[in-house]
Amino acid sequence: MEVTFQFDWSAAFGSIPHLLPGIPWTLLISFGGLAIGFFIGIFFGLLRISPLRWLRWPAIVYVEVFRGTPILVQVLFIFYGLPQLLGSPINALVAGIAAIAVNSGAYISEIVRGGVQSIERGQSEASLSLGLSRTQAFRYVIWPQAFRRMIPALGNQGIISIKDTSLFSVIGVGELVRQGQIYIATTFTALEVYFMVALMYLAITWTLSILLRQLERRGLAGQ
Amino acid sequence: MNDTTQPIVRMQQLNKHFGSLHVLNNIDLDIVPGEVVVIIGASGSGKSTLIRCINGLEEFQSGNLVVDSSELLPYGKSTQALQKIRTEVGMVFQQFNLFPHLSVLDNVTLAPMKVRGLSRDDAISSGKRLLDRVGIADQADKYPSHLSGGQQQRVALARALAMEPRLMLFDEPTSALDPEMIGEVLDAMRELAKEGMTMVIVTHEMGFAREVADRVIFIHKGEIAEQGPPEKLFDTPQHERTQSFLARVLKH
Repeated sequence: MEVTFQFDWSAAFGSIPHLLPGIPWTLLISFGGLAIGFFIGIFFGLLRISPLRWLRWPAIVYVEVFRGTPILVQVLFIFYGLPQLLGSPINALVAGIAAIAVNSGAYISEIVRGGVQSIERGQSEASLSLGLSRTQAFRYVIWPQAFRRMIPALGNQGIISIKDTSLFSVIGVGELVRQGQIYIATTFTALEVYFMVALMYLAITWTLSILLRQLERRGLAGQ
Repeated sequence: MNDTTQPIVRMQQLNKHFGSLHVLNNIDLDIVPGEVVVIIGASGSGKSTLIRCINGLEEFQSGNLVVDSSELLPYGKSTQALQKIRTEVGMVFQQFNLFPHLSVLDNVTLAPMKVRGLSRDDAISSGKRLLDRVGIADQADKYPSHLSGGQQQRVALARALAMEPRLMLFDEPTSALDPEMIGEVLDAMRELAKEGMTMVIVTHEMGFAREVADRVIFIHKGEIAEQGPPEKLFDTPQHERTQSFLARVLKH
């Protein structure tokens, strides 16, 4: 039997209108999840560097649990597992956003911790010596510097989370991969369609990279 | 007792340990308003730790410490007193510790606005006056990293003075500077001393100490080994440790 590998460009281009509806879902899940994850990350990242041990350990447990388990298991747990506890089903979109939030939150809390700890002790000493409270020192001196140092790592996490949303095709949320699968089921053009799906992810992540580079350059210009 | 004789710093039987290391050993020290005290001693003798206790950047384990009529307690247990003391006591650090994300002017106006509650306009006008006084008025809009070390340290001085402190602490203010920039910082400090500021200075600049100090304190292994007016301490040191320390540092 003869097998021919032929890339059918018309099939590839023809899939575009069927894939495009997935993009808003992919963006909504990733950016919605990341926005929440950012606040989770700040919260646990700051707990993690608290001088009080009983504030530190919940943060350590959180990071270990959500960084140490696969995001696919996390979303399956939320979508199929939690409803058994709650007694009511969870919307697939909500489950996806929640999974990105708790997962990226764990990584972001480590980014926050590292960023804040990277600021020299002299900065807080100078602030305190001027009479600023610890909170003021953090808000006006430590955090703005720490945040600038965190930008590259946060961008990295953003890109990872965008790609992670592809796993959520398993819970039926209509993101990019899911749209591709649905289309392939009728056309059997897996090669062309997945190629286009990959290109669309690349378009999203590449745009984000460019924006981040500009943000970084602007952030550094001040110093 | 009136205000001029009441000491602004009163340290009695102060002790500090880092683990098993006894860093400060029964320190007794009174500083009166207007006095310029220079603390000298070998590195690791505890002189920096001593002045960092005065504004609570270091905790101590036992003894009494009253700064500007607020009492600091052992183990840093007195947040309110600490806050009050820090608004009245300025500090200049060896590494400048300017805020790199803020312009020179914003470095100087931050604390007066956030701590003293000055309006932005008032903070800016007094900030500019202070920058002018230390000779950096034309650099107000630059960021610290664009300034030389000597300029940065003068900004740090202006930043501390912007809080209108009653006491200034200097922790080796010229030790991180290139030799050619030491003079400009010492000049600014000399000026401040002339205006009557109470100053406690940890330094290795013996010539400056002799010229500016009302009193020189020699610290050895966490204890005040000897103190007195600069002529006396530098020319006729009594303690054998003082003699050998001075012989070492004055040789070059």
